[in-house]
Amino acid sequence: MNLEVEIGGLKLRNPVMTASGTFGYGEEYSGFVDLNQLGAIVVKGISLKPMQGNPPPRISETPCGMLNAIGLQNVGLELFLKEKLPFLRKFDTRVIVNILGNSLKEYQKISEALDDAGVDAIELNVSCPNVQQGGIMFGTDRKMLGQLITGVKNIVKNTVLITKLSPTVSDIKEFAKTAEDSGSDAISLINTIPGMSIDINTRRPRLKNITGGLSGPAIRPVAVRMVYEAYNAVKIPVIGMGGIMNADDAIEFFIAGASAIAVGTANFVNPEATTGILSGLIKYMERENIERISSLTGSLDIG
Amino acid sequence: MSRYFRAKIRENLPLNRNHKLLTLETSSPENEPLPGQFYMLGVNRGGYDPLLKRAFSLFRKTSDGFQILYRIKGKGTSLLGGMKEGDMIDMIGPLGRSYPVPETGRTPLVIAGGVGMASVFSLIESIPERSYVFYGAKSKDELFMLDELGALSKGLYISTDDGSLGKKGNIAGVLEDFWGRKHETEDQYLIYACGPKPLLGLIARTASSHSIQAFVSLEEQMACGIGACLGCAVRVKSPVSVLQGSEQDFIYRKVCKDGPVFDAAEILW
Ligand SMILES: Cc1cc2nc3c(=O)[nH]c(=O)nc-3n(C[C@H](O)[C@H](O)[C@H](O)COP(=O)(O)OP(=O)(O)OC[C@H]3O[C@@H](n4cnc5c(N)ncnc54)[C@H](O)[C@@H]3O)c2cc1C
Ligand SMILES: Cc1cc2nc3c(=O)[nH]c(=O)nc-3n(C[C@H](O)[C@H](O)[C@H](O)COP(=O)(O)O)c2cc1C
Ligand code: FES
Repeated sequence: MNLEVEIGGLKLRNPVMTASGTFGYGEEYSGFVDLNQLGAIVVKGISLKPMQGNPPPRISETPCGMLNAIGLQNVGLELFLKEKLPFLRKFDTRVIVNILGNSLKEYQKISEALDDAGVDAIELNVSCPNVQQGGIMFGTDRKMLGQLITGVKNIVKNTVLITKLSPTVSDIKEFAKTAEDSGSDAISLINTIPGMSIDINTRRPRLKNITGGLSGPAIRPVAVRMVYEAYNAVKIPVIGMGGIMNADDAIEFFIAGASAIAVGTANFVNPEATTGILSGLIKYMERENIERISSLTGSLDIG
Repeated sequence: MSRYFRAKIRENLPLNRNHKLLTLETSSPENEPLPGQFYMLGVNRGGYDPLLKRAFSLFRKTSDGFQILYRIKGKGTSLLGGMKEGDMIDMIGPLGRSYPVPETGRTPLVIAGGVGMASVFSLIESIPERSYVFYGAKSKDELFMLDELGALSKGLYISTDDGSLGKKGNIAGVLEDFWGRKHETEDQYLIYACGPKPLLGLIARTASSHSIQAFVSLEEQMACGIGACLGCAVRVKSPVSVLQGSEQDFIYRKVCKDGPVFDAAEILW
């Protein structure tokens, strides 16, 4: 049986990754899962300078999901390189660093440092506003997205570049194509979907930030649809995520077109979710006589 | 071994109309829980609504497991309330920082508001006949373990909102009365408190005005319980401002990992 997959030249021992922001810096889960068993660890989004994040409450449970407005709290590039990366390097797994910035310059600076540090891949979180351009989201303006990807691609020498697409666009196919055309080695999707919840007794928003990102099983059908559309629009590999709780959910994403999958909110519910999904995948392959997991990708039968 | 495990319900005992005492049996308790630590309990029996685990304090250790005292509040705790003897619950724990052990010679004042007693009971139990206990609740029927608390403490002071037992009003008021009658110098006292945040804020102020160190256990919305999601943020004075006494600067700490027990002087109330 062959579980290996390739993401834009980067070989993963298996297709089970963690979703950024849901697995801390790896350390937090090392007492629950053998990190060596994971295809890749994607760490919490890193910015050039440390970020405080939003005031609480930052999370609120919703039917089959949760809203979060963490506000991109992170230790910043310097501390990440000094304190977080060395720990991850002790494990025989791929390290993918999710990054965010307010300008192309910031993205470039972070990417350059990560490239020098030898991380396996960079995942561009493009859901941040571009401060210099009046706060327009990189991820919702195709021209800006293209410039960002090209700009980062030109800087990095060895690191594989993954673009994490925003789901708040009318046509995901267009953005997938932009990522491909601009030199992204792979795309990942979906990020959380903006949402809101109100306490009717106090008439207050349940999140201090008022709105937040929805994740968990509630968003899975949206995610599967977007992975399917993106897969059909581009040739670069697609990393699928959004509400994956178990192996069956993961398999749905492979069939829709994902080459690898990432586990997010499920980690909170079951800290062993990642390795559980991996063993479920193996069982499914045995049962269905699948020799290579990669043969499952895009195997949707539409009759 | 992992702190993620399954435990069997031995008993899920109603204490009144909306509080229950859950006794869990763990074949191999991974870590001995300490007073003030908590567990994330899966309240769901299949399906994803509710999705997240619920945080509950260690109430009391037993010979082969532990107990949780809980209030039925919403969907999750209602589901928990419906679970039966023999049912299995998956959980993570013990988690978080415990109450620091009081040095010998110091007299702990332990203050609980409502179900906050769940968190401090095992602390009181760990230092028999050393602490004064202040316990407030809405009414008499929401006060639990009074006999045990009487026996475990040097003094038990009660208040209820409706005056059905003890002094009428807030437990902070009872604490105020205590200062008039106290027998020791103030620096010998040490405060431990768990309850609604406004009460804890009040206690923090009292403690600081009497120059008494206070440890409070906080609650915040949690997703992971293990420091990964950054959901459970609480504002604390940044190390610099603690030094300078300025409250301008703050940093966020995680209730699940840096807490739930904090030095009250660190918190920006
Ligand atoms: C460290 C810690 C220890 C706790 N110990 C105890 C205990 O020993 N006994 C007890 O009765 N309760 C305790 N609580 C509170 C308990 O977690 C909530 O009452 C419970 O989560 C409510 O769930 P629900 O689905 O019934 O309520 P809902 O209001 O329907 O819950 C909705 C969401 O809000 C969260 N939530 C609601 N109330 C709280 C709260 N007070 N704190 C944090 N999250 C909350 C829930 O987890 C859930 O995600 C503790 C909370 C924390 C953070
Ligand atoms: C608490 C939390 C924090 C997150 N932080 C980030 C982040 O820093 N960068 C990012 O690109 N995505 C972040 N995400 C989005 C996830 O990586 C993922 O795309 C999304 O949650 C959907 O997957 P899921 O339903 O399996 O959680 C975060 C999600 C959650 C729930
Ligand atoms: S609950 Fe996730 S970091 Fe505290």
